[in-house]
Amino acid sequence: MGAGHAHTLYRHGHSPVHRLPPHCKLVAVLGFVLVVVSTPREALWAFALYAVLLAAVAAVARVPAGFLLKRLVIEVPFVAFALLMPFVVPGEQTELLGLSVSVPGLWGAWNVLAKGTLGVAASVLLASTTELRSLLLGLQRLRLPPLLVQIASFMLRYGDVITDELRRMSIARRSRGFEARGVRHWGVLAKTAGALFIRSYERGERVHLAMVSRGYTGTLPVIDEVTASRTQWAYASALPVLALGVCLLGWTV
Amino acid sequence: MSTVQPAAAAPSLEVSGLAYAYPDGHQALFGVDLTVERGERVALLGPNGAGKTTLVLHLNGILDAGAGTVRIAGLPVEKRNLAEIRRRVGIVFQDPDDQLFMPTVREDVAFGPASAGLRGAELEERVTAALERVGMERFAARPPHHLSFGQRRRVAVATVLAMEPEILVLDEPSSNLDPASRRELADILRDLDVTVLMVTHDLPYALELCPRAVILGDGVIAADNRTQDLLCDEELMRRHRLELPFGFDPRSVAVPRP
Ligand SMILES: Nc1ncnc2c1ncn2[C@@H]1O[C@H](COP(=O)(O)OP(=O)(O)OP(=O)(O)O)[C@@H](O)[C@H]1O
Ligand SMILES: [Mg+2]
Repeated sequence: MGAGHAHTLYRHGHSPVHRLPPHCKLVAVLGFVLVVVSTPREALWAFALYAVLLAAVAAVARVPAGFLLKRLVIEVPFVAFALLMPFVVPGEQTELLGLSVSVPGLWGAWNVLAKGTLGVAASVLLASTTELRSLLLGLQRLRLPPLLVQIASFMLRYGDVITDELRRMSIARRSRGFEARGVRHWGVLAKTAGALFIRSYERGERVHLAMVSRGYTGTLPVIDEVTASRTQWAYASALPVLALGVCLLGWTV
Repeated sequence: MSTVQPAAAAPSLEVSGLAYAYPDGHQALFGVDLTVERGERVALLGPNGAGKTTLVLHLNGILDAGAGTVRIAGLPVEKRNLAEIRRRVGIVFQDPDDQLFMPTVREDVAFGPASAGLRGAELEERVTAALERVGMERFAARPPHHLSFGQRRRVAVATVLAMEPEILVLDEPSSNLDPASRRELADILRDLDVTVLMVTHDLPYALELCPRAVILGDGVIAADNRTQDLLCDEELMRRHRLELPFGFDPRSVAVPRP
């Protein structure tokens, strides 16, 4: 067990970006994404500037371009969707590489691609410089409903335990000569899922018992209070504030 | 820390006339009487299904007594005392994965004292002290699921030690441990300066750690004696389905007199 705990997005490091408090980074990324989304799509140069801003952050965080680009592949479904738009959106037609495509469709595709890519890149940067654990602390600090933070913490803690249980059940199945092949065996897999649910549910009850035994009354005590100084907030706000400047220019020019 | 000062002479644990039936009607306890003095280490023995775990769950009010009373250092286990009772009774459950539910070892050990309102430097001190007592201070920042089973069991002990309990209750502490981890845990438990009630099927372990033992059979305390005398009483042992490991002779072991 234990494999894949330090989720593959996180890249260990000690850069100034790594050291920023998680809630500052969360707010900064959220601000940046909001600004990007509200930029007029015709201001092509603005998007280029946003990309430059992100590249600067990546450089400060010492996250190599290759690492970042590889993790951008989660965006692929959106890209596929965006590439369809010029062909299916009705409107004025134009010629591109010998194909007839619609102009509003092209703008729509550009809009989704540019804003989506920038948003995903910012989030990947956040995730590669912040441990999942501190992200949760940041969310807690930002007054996200405590129940949500608790649920996320438990997923983080028990994800491995449950995958491990699933793996053991699969080994037990295979040791008795079972290989899942095709629809005929879905029944067995469904039963495994059911058994896994019951096991997890019972574990939940036992964990709850252990928590109550140590004084749990419904809220997790805040053990690590994350705090941020003015300077740290100022550093974190550099990205969204610069982006906002670009955005305002985009609307006026 | 504690608001209610127990009378100086009150025993750590006082169970009297405790009876309990599960909601499905199955009666597990039929009037248990057990007193454990301050600083004593007592082994709770008994075959599978004797009601040991059921008894343990009464000690901190997880299960409500059908009849009878439980007192911890003089304080009755009742709804209005539950917070204080749970601080005084530290239960180490059998599966450390159930016990360790926080993302890092440090946070897990801090959970109990933080729930009781401790913060800052004082909290940090408690955590470090508890981890040092089980020799796990170097693992404070690790996630519990990255530790070996024996290490997890030790951290589980630290999580309750951090609450500075009046009585430490262990449900089968030596199960699933390799011989070296088993001995290391014994060394830790022997050096602790708290009252210990230890549920176990590991009779040599009981003999090694606990001068006194009680047998729970059919929901009542069937025997209460020096551990060595109990283990040497073959008739009694057979009656309660207790068997010594092959080749183990409790007479041949020199145990410190209580
Ligand atoms: N939730 C439950 N509902 C109904 N009956 C239960 C429940 N839990 C335990 N029992 C029954 O109560 C009796 C005592 O169970 P308990 O778990 O206390 O035994 P134990 O001494 O801890 O056994 P072991 O050595 O196997 O851990 C058993 O007969 C058991 O079947
Ligand atoms: Mg039991």
